[in-house]
Amino acid sequence: MSDEMKNHGSEKKYGQFHRRVFEANIVNFAVWATIAILIGGIVEIVPMFTPAGTEISPDVTPYTALEVAGRDIYVSEGCYLCHSQWVRPMRAEILRYGPWSRAWEYQYARPFQLGSRRIGPDLHRIGGKYPDAWHYEHMRDPRSTTPGSVMPPYAWLLTNRIDAGDVRASMVALKKTGTPYTDEDIAGVEESLAGQGGEIVGRLREAGIESEPDRAIIAVIAYLQRLGMDGRAALQKQGIEY
Amino acid sequence: MEKSASAGTGVPAAIYDDDIVKKFAIATLIWGAVGMLVGVIIALQLAWWPANLGLPWTTFGRLRPLHTNAVIFAFGGNICFTGIYYSMQRLLKTRMWSDALSKIHFWGWQLIIVAAAVTFPLGLSQSREYAELIWPIDIAITLIWVAFAVNFFGTIAVRKVKHIYVAIWFYMSFVITIAVLHIVNSLAMPATFLRSYPIYSGMTDALVQWWYGHNAVGFFLTTPFLGLMYYFLPKAADKPIYSYRLSIVHFWGLIFLYIWAGPHHLLYSGLPDWAQTLGMVFSIVLLAPSWGGMLNGLLTLRGAWDRLRTDPVLKFMVVGVSFYGMSTFEGPMMSIRAVNGLAHFTNWVVGHVHSGALGWNGMLSFAVLYWLVPRLWNKPLAKPKMATQHFWLATIGIVLYTVSMWAAGLMEGLQWRAIGDGGQLANPIFIDIVHRLEPFYWLRLLGGTLYFVGALMAVYNLFKTMRGPESVSTDAAAPVPAT
Repeated sequence: MSDEMKNHGSEKKYGQFHRRVFEANIVNFAVWATIAILIGGIVEIVPMFTPAGTEISPDVTPYTALEVAGRDIYVSEGCYLCHSQWVRPMRAEILRYGPWSRAWEYQYARPFQLGSRRIGPDLHRIGGKYPDAWHYEHMRDPRSTTPGSVMPPYAWLLTNRIDAGDVRASMVALKKTGTPYTDEDIAGVEESLAGQGGEIVGRLREAGIESEPDRAIIAVIAYLQRLGMDGRAALQKQGIEY
Repeated sequence: MEKSASAGTGVPAAIYDDDIVKKFAIATLIWGAVGMLVGVIIALQLAWWPANLGLPWTTFGRLRPLHTNAVIFAFGGNICFTGIYYSMQRLLKTRMWSDALSKIHFWGWQLIIVAAAVTFPLGLSQSREYAELIWPIDIAITLIWVAFAVNFFGTIAVRKVKHIYVAIWFYMSFVITIAVLHIVNSLAMPATFLRSYPIYSGMTDALVQWWYGHNAVGFFLTTPFLGLMYYFLPKAADKPIYSYRLSIVHFWGLIFLYIWAGPHHLLYSGLPDWAQTLGMVFSIVLLAPSWGGMLNGLLTLRGAWDRLRTDPVLKFMVVGVSFYGMSTFEGPMMSIRAVNGLAHFTNWVVGHVHSGALGWNGMLSFAVLYWLVPRLWNKPLAKPKMATQHFWLATIGIVLYTVSMWAAGLMEGLQWRAIGDGGQLANPIFIDIVHRLEPFYWLRLLGGTLYFVGALMAVYNLFKTMRGPESVSTDAAAPVPAT
């Protein structure tokens, strides 16, 4: 484009430096451009890896095997595209959903599922809000529990099964990333799945619903009922009304 | 074109690899149509839930990542590669450094897209927005990107001109930054071949992902497209770039400032306040270099505005660059904490994204294609009038889309937060607000459909052009000014 450049004699002096240092030397140019794009990210992200950057709380504990399985399904189905897990510190949000979301509540969230859109309501405080049977019916047919809901039915969760070996692989990987699972946690995956799954199946049975502990829906219910619960306990301990 | 290239540059046209450019152009058209079709389908799902079809593979949650990835990385990616492979060879007056790497890049990228189209409906997703692809595909993207980068810098290294034109600067920032963003953001621990967990957790994961996500906008949908603007707009207008000095200032300003803006996606979250504030401040400052680029584009048209009446390429370009200006004004405004408090989580954000994606990226892409395809195939545009019709359909479509989403977003944002006289929520039932959005969803579907139909007209028109009778001397294939 040398012809075009020549039209700008008045800018010659200004441009000379840039032409000589960058436009004639691609290595120089690429190095300085890389530095320019790295600075912001380094300043913002690196402090997050220091103790001051990330709040943690001993009151938050890792997900159980069944909850890990449920969270994997939540992630796989892309639930975050319609539901946030992020109550903002605003009056209306606290009235609608509950206490605003603290950073430490997410400390074992891999991947984070804060979401960016509320086509449906926020879910960060959904745990304990409805009985297990409500969630079962809601997944089978959202309009049976929420008349006029626009959510698609997730009926396959009622029949799909979860695989203990798969859940164990997830927990092993999570442990490697730093989630404090013990060897007993990982050895006891089958037992844990059957135990917590059995409790949910029992509660469903009381509501007249027949299911089995290894169904996908049971894992999803376990995960949804866990959401916000550690935060609730910790906040109540701090004297914050829930 | 081949003739003019040799006449203008003194370099025989045969040295340029235009076959790879043609391949990327065809891929752009095909994936553009597919990605927009999926967009229309998921827009219908929001207006009318039975369109989820009751099947696992076709729910909104599984199809939305397919739509976003297809339009950004398949349509957007392929048009960038089309323009880059065409223009950099001419600007540097040399053939691509390695034809083999060009082919590996092309076929590798298309395979990655096919892999995305298969895995998302199967529910294989990391569910980190705009970085949903599972880890084996992430590794494939890294390898293909390295092949592209080696070829890109190799071509610059063997260039036959001394100085590097501004379009290449922007391409370079695209090549470097996307590599950095993709690799850092994708670091994960595999659990199985199909599932992994990020090495970051909670708010750190959120920050890293939005650092990536916002800069995917900055360095996938902005800088390479500005590079396309800097090459194709002066070509189409037959005018030199308005200001070289402005291009220097806004290039460095843009790439330095953009990277800080990610935290504006996490305002009012558990992210430390200082990081939120940095994100907000840098987002607002970003208006300056963004508008620097817009003004440099629009002012390049000085003395050529009359041609807007007749030249569909310029029509698309002017509206594209104008939408770039509009969405880069809207973005900083939405990053202001108080405005974000209202806009966040609402359809307003969706409208904002589409004024950028349909208005800026889409319109500029079609401008490049309408300019380039007749020259690459050396045939006149088959249906010039249809290109103008496409332009009007697309423009009306964007207006319907953004206006309906503004209205829907403001309405839901205000109704979520409204407090009644008794100090309680004025709209305590969430689903009531959802139902009030329905008319806007239908209007948005209409706008999106108009845009999609316009894109299909481009596909028809340009494929017809490619298959048209051989022609040497036509208006469309007339000699263009030298680079």
